[in-house]
Amino acid sequence: MIEILLVLGIPLAGGIVLALIGERGHAPTVNVATSLLTFLASLALTARVIRDGPLLVLDQQFFVDPFNVFLVALTAFVGFTTSIFSRPYMRIEHEHGKLTPARLRLYHSMYQLFNFTMLVALLTNNMGILWVAMEAATLTTVLLVSLYRTPASLEAAWKYFILCGVGIAQALFGTILLYFAAEKLLGAEGGALLWTELNAVKGGLEPTVLSLAFVFLLVGYGTKVGLVPLHNWLPDAHAEGPTPVSAVLSGLLLNVALYAVVRCKVLVEGAVHNGMAKMLMMGFGLLSVVVAAFLLSRQKDIKRLFAYSSIEHMGIITFAFGMGGPIASYAGLLHMTVHSLTKSAIFFAVGHAAQKTGTQLIDSIRGLVTISPSIGWGLAIGTLAILGMPPFGVFASEFLILTTAMREQPWATPFLLLALGIAFAAVFSKVQPMVFGETTARRLPHRPAMFPVFVHLALVLMLGLWTPPFLADWYRQAARLIG
Amino acid sequence: MAAGIPFYAQLINLFAAVLLLISFAMLAQRRVLSLIDLFAAQGLALALSTAVVGWGTGQSHLYWSAGVTLTLKVFLLPFLLYRLIRRLDVKWDVEPLINIPTTMLVGIVLVVFAFNLAAPISNLSSTVTRSTLGIAIASVMLSFLMMITRRKAIPQVIGFLAMENGLFFAATSATYGMPMVVELGIALDVLVGMLILGVFFFQIREQFDSLDLKHLEQLREDE
Repeated sequence: MIEILLVLGIPLAGGIVLALIGERGHAPTVNVATSLLTFLASLALTARVIRDGPLLVLDQQFFVDPFNVFLVALTAFVGFTTSIFSRPYMRIEHEHGKLTPARLRLYHSMYQLFNFTMLVALLTNNMGILWVAMEAATLTTVLLVSLYRTPASLEAAWKYFILCGVGIAQALFGTILLYFAAEKLLGAEGGALLWTELNAVKGGLEPTVLSLAFVFLLVGYGTKVGLVPLHNWLPDAHAEGPTPVSAVLSGLLLNVALYAVVRCKVLVEGAVHNGMAKMLMMGFGLLSVVVAAFLLSRQKDIKRLFAYSSIEHMGIITFAFGMGGPIASYAGLLHMTVHSLTKSAIFFAVGHAAQKTGTQLIDSIRGLVTISPSIGWGLAIGTLAILGMPPFGVFASEFLILTTAMREQPWATPFLLLALGIAFAAVFSKVQPMVFGETTARRLPHRPAMFPVFVHLALVLMLGLWTPPFLADWYRQAARLIG
Repeated sequence: MAAGIPFYAQLINLFAAVLLLISFAMLAQRRVLSLIDLFAAQGLALALSTAVVGWGTGQSHLYWSAGVTLTLKVFLLPFLLYRLIRRLDVKWDVEPLINIPTTMLVGIVLVVFAFNLAAPISNLSSTVTRSTLGIAIASVMLSFLMMITRRKAIPQVIGFLAMENGLFFAATSATYGMPMVVELGIALDVLVGMLILGVFFFQIREQFDSLDLKHLEQLREDE
């Protein structure tokens, strides 16, 4: 229990402290230290779960099971590495005059609060609090997206706020319907929104209400996942915000939103036995994969390119969870992990590249290996990893998803293969000249902070070759839970 | 026909009707100041109906919920909005994009659709207020319509807040309200959201010298 309180308390306290101390020289260090402590607390929580099994604590309001434990650790880990990356990155942005001290103060404080809201969303057992935390996650990042105060960033933030706000209002209605169905079985006291209680009685929930609830929940949380056709906010918010924010939005927030969808799906599947939830998730997933793959080739901005790639990968994961079954769900969980690690690593590399060249336009970034070998190779390896080249983890999960799709949903396989092929061609042909093309730019004077990139990529490589037994065990248990 | 319905249920139906009426009035209202007043009135109807549900059914936690709604949606948010438009100096007329009669007709269609959507759920509900679920969904949809038809930032936000009102009304009418901790969380989110928007409006104005959303339509896919 103490571990959960620490995991939630440290980022909250950090956010408040950072807001109070203001922008001093050591604020970025405090930010990194807070994230490090959060990460350590999450490790303690993980160790505890490995030793004692799932937890249900604090009047059943918080719980840890195999499905969320690795996501908590992953969120804390990427939150930590991003804070390391953001320290030199934001300092240089500041030196370039793009940011004022007041905005840096806002950035650091909101960064920690954003981590806090995501961890609450992951750890809470209450579907209502899950909604509150998801909405709070939007609110904390709106001002981060508009941090540069350029017309484009203001527009992106406005779009983000309105679209996600409206979307998440749908999810609130879905939650109300869920409560309405559950209240009959569990009584009006707080228990009727607790996921563990709902999961225990899901067979008795009214199917008509739950079907309707799931449509609203999927549309609502799906907006935050970035599922097509609800994805409009995502490329803008990723491209216009500061790069550390793009990295955590893409690597973490999308995962958390998808986590919410899957939690709902488990309940609905148990109540409605006609496979409606499965079909909806497969449909939305596949549509996202295909549409995003075709839009990839039209991108001119490097961050938008990888934002669309995130939509594509979220589509793959949604499709995998929709397909269900032990292998597909296992692969979906693995893909969530490797996508999060790879995509944030790519954003780190892209951030350095864009900062060095002073532009995000793909055509203006050339010859990164000449400018800085570590940025160039980091971006090249990250891109290959995200495109599903063996031996990286993305290959393993995509391979599992594809083979399961061939066996169980053969109609979907051609779409998936086509989309993956197009995505490969589009992204590779754009990134290749960026990395190896001719350039007149001089070598980077200082060494970029590429440590997080290579740690992430090493982990992805490891997950492609070998999954630690406890992690594989969690994936299997969670896959059984998801069904 | 009203003979079989207890008095408090009739009161709730009355407030529900008022809520829906105000939603339509908001669709047609051009002036931003009047829009804020309408929003406050809608909040009042919501708070009163929540209190009446609490009185009629003996669910005392609904009084708290009504109190939160009253404080937040009748006093605090309208006050913040008033201050905002005074500081931004934007007491202009709201221009509707498509003409008002058309919007109204679309609104009526939405209401019919909402009642159809609510019918299967209302039949399952055992609460005295189940007949008002259709109205709740209708007012959510009308607010959504209002957000679509408005091109200025503040009316869009009022539409957003009105949507939240409709959702709260759905929660009380279908289930006698959500657990208190959830309602407080939602109220906090709405308040924080409003404050953030306040900051955000100043940023937009500083950048574009206006709150017209036509300036915010530059980002799109390149052909």
